[in-house]
Order: sequence, then structure tokens, then C-alpha cells
Amino acid sequence: MSVFAPTASVPGRWARAWSGRRRWPLVSILGAGIATALVALPLLFLVVEAQRSGWGEVRHLLLRHSVAVLLWNTVRLALACVALCAVLGVAGAWCVERTTLPARRVWAVALVLPLGVPDFVVGFGWVSIDHALHGYLAAVMIMTLSLYPLVYLPVAAALARGDGGLEDAARSLGLGPWQTFWRVSLRQIWPALLGGCLLVVLALLAEYGAFEIVQYRTFTVEIFTEFKLGFDTVEACALSLVLVALSVAALASEHALRGRVRGGRVGAGASRPARRIALGRWTAPALAGVALLVALALGVPVGALVYWMARGSSSTLPPASIVAALAHTAEFSAAAAAIATALAVPVSALALRHRNRVTLLVERLAHLPLALPGLVVALGLVAFSVRYAFALYQSAPELIAAYAIMFLPLALVGVRAAMAHAPVHLEEVAGSLGRRPAAVWMRVTLPLIARGLAAAFALVFASAATELTATLLLHPTGVNTLATQFWAYASELSYGAAAPYALLMVAISAAPAYLLTRRLAGVAPAERAL
Amino acid sequence: MSPLAIREVWKGYGGEPVLRGVELDVQPGSLTAVLGHSGCGKTTLLRVIAGFERPDRGAIALADRTLDDGRSYVPPERRSIGYVPQEGALFPHLSVRENVGFGLSRRERRGQTVSRLLEMVGIAPLAERLPHELSGGEQQRVALARALARAPQALLLDEPFSSLDASLRGHVREEVHALLRAQGVTTVLVTHDQEEALSLADLVAVLRDGRIVQRASPAELYEQPVDERLARFLGAVNVIDARFEHGTARTALGALPLRRRTAEEQGAHAQAGAHTGTVMVRPEQLDVRRREDGDAAAGAADGLRGRVEQCRYYGHDALLHIRAEDDQGAQLLLARVSGEHALAAGTPVSVAAHGPVAALA
Repeated sequence: MSVFAPTASVPGRWARAWSGRRRWPLVSILGAGIATALVALPLLFLVVEAQRSGWGEVRHLLLRHSVAVLLWNTVRLALACVALCAVLGVAGAWCVERTTLPARRVWAVALVLPLGVPDFVVGFGWVSIDHALHGYLAAVMIMTLSLYPLVYLPVAAALARGDGGLEDAARSLGLGPWQTFWRVSLRQIWPALLGGCLLVVLALLAEYGAFEIVQYRTFTVEIFTEFKLGFDTVEACALSLVLVALSVAALASEHALRGRVRGGRVGAGASRPARRIALGRWTAPALAGVALLVALALGVPVGALVYWMARGSSSTLPPASIVAALAHTAEFSAAAAAIATALAVPVSALALRHRNRVTLLVERLAHLPLALPGLVVALGLVAFSVRYAFALYQSAPELIAAYAIMFLPLALVGVRAAMAHAPVHLEEVAGSLGRRPAAVWMRVTLPLIARGLAAAFALVFASAATELTATLLLHPTGVNTLATQFWAYASELSYGAAAPYALLMVAISAAPAYLLTRRLAGVAPAERAL
Repeated sequence: MSPLAIREVWKGYGGEPVLRGVELDVQPGSLTAVLGHSGCGKTTLLRVIAGFERPDRGAIALADRTLDDGRSYVPPERRSIGYVPQEGALFPHLSVRENVGFGLSRRERRGQTVSRLLEMVGIAPLAERLPHELSGGEQQRVALARALARAPQALLLDEPFSSLDASLRGHVREEVHALLRAQGVTTVLVTHDQEEALSLADLVAVLRDGRIVQRASPAELYEQPVDERLARFLGAVNVIDARFEHGTARTALGALPLRRRTAEEQGAHAQAGAHTGTVMVRPEQLDVRRREDGDAAAGAADGLRGRVEQCRYYGHDALLHIRAEDDQGAQLLLARVSGEHALAAGTPVSVAAHGPVAALA
């Protein structure tokens, strides 16, 4: 109980934290408790499993030569992808938000849409038209094309709401356009840029499918393969700890780099939108660049899928029903989205309405899955179910729980934004008008946050429907989802059979990706990082 | 019916207490204003009365019913206390009619109650609008109608006019005042605007650092504030040295009668004979006369000689800064004169005072 530092006062801090409000929000506390337990479960059992063989064995395992190779592979990939994503994301956002680029509104959507194509589908699309693609450079290219929207979205949002007055002031103080960009504009978008880069790194650490396709060995690929081939949970869990450590390191360095910089404004006065820079003779090159990016990131993968689907192809696998796969995907994803959204509500409500150290800690904990790649969550659940509840192993509830844990942070982003539409004083007024808390919730709070909850649900649904790694480990035997069936066909190079499954997944996640460009720009690009 | 009674209420949020033993009685049907600077605990007091917060200590009762005494606790929805927060806090997803009918039962909503309320606050034509389609004043009236719909035993208003434009404020204030009078509902209004408190309330309670420092009628408060700080908060003031003798204060402005309460207080001290202190003279208690040059030699038996140093002109009146020419403990005086009697800087004047004055502790 060290969080509740004892104080001299009576009643103590713990009692006072709750006595301030009129009622214990029991339902919320229960919900938040479940969320916390659920989120802590995978990591807990990962550690328990890893130390089963003794820490000496674990250390021996981690000091193997191949671990250093994997580490190097992962780090050099991350460095290249982050740099490229940052350049492409900032350049694209700058062109759309700050210049006179023609058809800006079209590009604003087109540049984000690659977010709706799962990374392993991008990889599949490219490799299916050029079998020579493999190794480091292929991995860098495919992941950059898949992930640059994670930088583009927050940076574009920061540029859009940035204060043009600052740039005008810089120009009037004698700085040229380039100097203004480096010394003023870049400082304004710095937190957004860092946040985007963090998401890129986390997504790279979690990715399995795309790297498997281009035969590039990262930690995640290695762990997955070892577990699938050897079914050695102890070893897989031990290696996973390195993956978690890398994610935590990424989170920590983002935190450190962000420092005390604030993107916001100092002082009063209305902010003015920035002037757009006339591109002039640079119009054609800029247009060509943006068009090329969209063509490579969106056109090639989707075009390849359409091509293979039109050509048709036979498969040696037993015929599968795409309708059944779609139904299973929808069932698992909807259940997970409902649970994640429902759990995010009490966590957000407590953190916003009953702000104290305990509720803030719970909220932070609920974001823990950000640092847990899907593979790690899945392994943690496997470790738990294999040892303590075998009936759950590879069952639908286990898969749904994995999705709900992985995408809880995503649901939290949406629900927190939604809660802002239901300020607490409205509930208080409703209470003073004679309504009991349950009635207040139904008649005031729920109608006000319903749209935000629907958006959170849609984001989690789309993310779960296109999830591959955890699904491959946890899906019930004989029950295929869109992702697993696609993977089965793609692995045996039946491109024509695989294409419809991929197109369906793209269709499912395109809508939320489009939604992102319109409403949640800036906050919700966490989607793909999870 | 017994009043709304607040007894020794303490409330803090972990750090320094915000309320430190607040005592307040509000008579049935009266309007009490709680006046204080921002951060003095006004809103906390209202929230404790409404039941949104629980006091750390103390008790609250309404009409002989204990609402909260540390053991028993009546939740807000069963207190029969209406609450109008700042900015109105209308439900954004409900129309004006639905907002006003929110606290009513299904049957009551179908009846004439809502229409009658809308009529009463003068917004019947806007019944089907949504809150964001209303002006600030209209929103405030809807919020009031909504709070009055259930005929509460008491009504709490949290800075109800502060979000309105200055031009609209006076008007809405008058309307709300007339409405509350007509309804005869027991009302507590908190405000930081002393003009609002003085002009609307039957009784003003001044809240400072979590305590009620004075509770009095508007006139008594203005004329006999408990200390200089409060005197200055309520309006401009001249603090002048005085010698107290038998119910009068001898000052540079002449002998001035003391107000009764002050006189009684001084009576106790006066047993030992005359003693000295300060009195408070409001600017409008000063009579300013232009002094002709000839008067200078004639002496000024009838007033203090001075010269206008600055004239702040407000139209309906003017505030003169007058520098006294003789040195009798009143260097700079503030005098309020009607606008047509504004005097230019440099004008020689003689100043006298009228009316009873209050001694300052």
C-alpha cells in the first residue's frame, strides 16, 4: 500500500480521497477494477512463466548470439523507418496544411487511408507482384509506406491548429521561410511529431505478418516462430520480456525527448490560421510527390488485391467460406469492442470525476497495453490458460479478452474525448432536479457520450478485425477469421484465394480510418500502434 | 416554515479548508446574497447546500429536515433544492421544453406546467429550440424555469448573471428579481459583484476566507461594514481620524453624529472619557463647494479647505480627488458629486460632510 503514503491527519488520505464525493460510484469502481486486473494479467503471467526455468536459464537464453542479431535487426529497422516516416509525414502534412497544393482536401484523406490497410496486406500486395522483395530494404519500404500516416495525422492536426501569428512574427523579425520552418514551425509540431514517431516504433516492435512475408527476422518474428514450432512457452515468454523492455524504452525516450516543451500558446488573444505558402513553380513536383506516395502506399497494395481477385486462383487448401470467416471476425471483434468500450467508461469516469492518486494510477495502468505487442498479450494469456485454465486455451473468450486488452488504450482515447461532452455539472443539475443517479446516467450522460462511444467501438472493432499476430496464436481450432484464413492462403501463395479476405479487411478498417481524418485527427492514431 | 439553516460548516479538499465554520440562516421567501471574492468558498458553500459535496463538519437543515449532519445524508435528488449553476448548464441534447420538464413526472410534463413556466419567464416562443440556439440571457431564463419547475423549497443561484453582457445583465437581473419575489421562493445567490448583491438581496452575507464576516441588510452593510477592508470592497471610502465624544466624532470635516451601532460600541469605551480612532465617510457624504478667492481671507469656518486634484467623470456623477490644504489628518479625500457639478482640476474648494458616520474598528 505504499502508494497511499500515510499522513498524520485523521481521517487518513485514503479515506478522504473518497469522502469528498457524495456517493461511492460502486459500479465504476467495479468496472475499473476488472479493467486493471485484465490489463495486468498478461504481463503478470509472462513474468511468472519466464522465471519458471529460473533466472539463470533466462539470462543464458538472452545472452545467446542470435539475440544480439535480432536486436540489431530490430533497431536498424526502427531507425530507418522512423526517419523516413518522419520525413514523409511532415512533408505531406506541410504540403496539405500550409501550402497552396491543388486538391488539398482529397490528399488530406488519401494520405491517411493507408492506415486502413493492415501492414501484412501491404507486404502481401508488394511481394505478390515482385517475389524478389525480401530482407532489410523491403521491410523498411513496406513498413514506411504502412506507418507514415501515424506521423502525418498528428502533425497535420498540429499544423492545422497552429498559430499563424507566430510564423508571421518570425518573418517580421527577419527570418526567411526555411529558417521560420526550422526555428518556429518545427517547434510547434515537435510534440506531435514525437508522438507519431513513438507510435511507429511501437507498431514496428509489434509487427509479425509483414516481416514474415519479406523474410526479415525481428524479435517478434523470432518469438512467434519459436513458439509455433517448439511450443516452448517458457522460452517465448523470456524473449518477450526483451520486447516489452524495448517498448518501454521507446515510451521512456519519447517522454524524455518531449521534455517541458509545450505546443500550445502563451498569452491571450485569438489564434489566427497560418497563411499558406504559394508553391508557384514547385506545384508540379509537390503534386507528383504526394501522388507517388499515395500510389505506392495505397494504390499498389489495393491494386494487387483487385488484380489477384479478378484473376482468380485455385488453392490446394480445403475450400473455406468467406461468409463464415466474416461472421467469426465480426463476432469476436464486436464482443471485444463492446468490452473494451464498456471498461474504458468507468476508468475514464473515475479519472475525470473522482480525480485522486488511485484513479490516476488506474488510468495509467489501463494504458499499459500500449507497451505490450499483441504477441506478448497473446503469450501471457497462453501461459495463463495452459497452466491454470486449460479450458480457456484457444477459446473464443480468450481471443476476445486478448483483443479487449490490446485495444483498451484505443477505446480510452475515444471514450475520454466523449466524456468531455458530458461535463459533471450537467449530472449535478439533473440530480438537483430530482433524478436518481441511474436515471441521470440514462437520460443525460449516455445520450451525450453515445456518439463518442460509437466511435470508440468502431475503432476497436476495425483494429480487432484486422489483427493477425494474436489471432494466429489464440483463435479456436477450426474457426477461421478473415485474418487467419487470409494468412493460410497467402502462406501457400494462393494469391487469388487470399485477395478477397484482404479486401474485406481493408473495407472494414477504411471507414474508421476515414473517420480519423475528420474527427479524431491528432489523438486517435494510436490505432495501429496497438 | 423554518429557514434554511447552515451550522458550523467546514469543508476542504485535502489542503487548506475552503469553508471554516460557516453559519447562515435564510428566512423563508427571502433572497440572501453571499458576497465574496472569487476563491472565497462561495461556490463550495452552494455545492454543500445542494448536496453535491459533503461537508467535513457541520450540519445543514431545510424546513426542520436535516439534510446532512455527518451521519444522515439526503442526496441532491431528494433535497427539493433547485440549483442554477453558472452558464445555466442546460442539457445540450434536449429542447427548451424538454429541459424545463426534465425534473417533472411523465404526467406533469403532459400538463400545462411546462407551458406556464415558459410563459412566466417569457420564452414560450422558443420552446422547441435547442440550447445552442439561445442567447445567454435566454439560456439563463430556461435554467431558472427548469429549477423552479418542481417548486423547490429553496433555490440556489451561482453567479447567475456573470456570463451575460453588461448591457443585458441589468435587465435580466431585474426580471429574475421580480420573478423570485412573485414566487416567494427562498433563494441563496452567490456573487462577487457588490452592486448585484446590494441591489437584489434582502440580506447580504459576506464570505471571506471561508467565514461569514458580516450578515446584514444591504443598507446596513454599506453604511456600517465591520472593517475597513469590507468597507473598501463595497465602494470607495474616506477613512478619517476622529475623536469620539458623547456619540459624536470630531473630525477635520467637523463634528459628525455616529451611527447607532457604532455609538453603542463607543459608549462602552466612552466611560473613561474621550478617545480617538477613525471613522468611515462615503464619498457621497461629502458636500463640495467651489471656494471663491475672496473666501480665502475670510477663513473657512464651514469646511475643510482643499483643491481638486483630479476629476473622474462618469456622466451621471463624478468622483473628485481633493487634496486638503491644511494638515489635519485628511490629506486626500474622495467626493462624489452629481455629473453637472463636476469641477476641473485645480479648482479651490471647501469640503463639509453630512449624515451619521460609522467608526472603524
